[in-house]
Amino acid sequence: MASWDVFRELDNLRREIDEAFRGAGLNRPFGTAVLSPATARRFPLVNFSEDEGHIYVEALVPGVDPKEIDLSVLRNTVTISGERKPFVEQQGQIVHRSELGSGKFSRTLELPADIDPNNISAECRDGIMTVTMAKAEHAKPKKIDIRPA
Amino acid sequence: MAAHGITEKNEERAVQSREETRSSEKYIKPAVNIIETEEGLTLTADLPGAIKDALDVNVEKGILTISAPVNHNMPGRPDYTEFELASYYRQFSIPESLDHEKAKAEFTNGILTLRVPKAEVAKPRKIEVKVG
Repeated sequence: MASWDVFRELDNLRREIDEAFRGAGLNRPFGTAVLSPATARRFPLVNFSEDEGHIYVEALVPGVDPKEIDLSVLRNTVTISGERKPFVEQQGQIVHRSELGSGKFSRTLELPADIDPNNISAECRDGIMTVTMAKAEHAKPKKIDIRPA
Repeated sequence: MAAHGITEKNEERAVQSREETRSSEKYIKPAVNIIETEEGLTLTADLPGAIKDALDVNVEKGILTISAPVNHNMPGRPDYTEFELASYYRQFSIPESLDHEKAKAEFTNGILTLRVPKAEVAKPRKIEVKVG
């Protein structure tokens, strides 16, 4: 079932456009001003996948203490927020390279299907968080037996 | 110093190939911080998903190499993909004045922290000059 799905591609395009507008300027002409402290660039990066009964979300959160990550689910959205602690600065240090960022983050993601909010588990390993969510009963594909008459 | 936001885009994060002509193996150049203090050098690198036991950090002829294979299997069939993981690989040339024997590496929450102390001879020393 790895066929190219035009609807899925369109959905992904819509997500990309949503993301592009989310951080559009500080005055945010297209969004309400009272939403979460949205950041201009997305963090963490996520991957979605699904099988018949589950939706999986994977987020790249290196350097974030798993205990500090806040995960919440509302209907078919999931919000990942937390803070990546800044690196300790020492007196008289010389910075040769500084490519790692730090700070607070919050990202809300729309899931591709309805989920059962009571059946969610998350684990964090080596900087990758995997959230496993069971699909809601009505979102699962139903198998219908056909009896020969 | 805190010029980098958390969401800073790392242009080099994308998967690339090590050597186009020789190896078809794909790799990611991890983002790093390198901080020097009087005591030594601290290198911090983002290596999410790296396999701790197979992490390879070594110094040879003044070249520090970090390489790590990645264990990444996403269940199900992909719906939406923002990141791709591949082995990490990056090299730096570092000064000989460091005491590589005493280097310590740590890997927690997907971050590698490498501390290399300076060799005793290379540490700054205060010399008091007596005025006679």
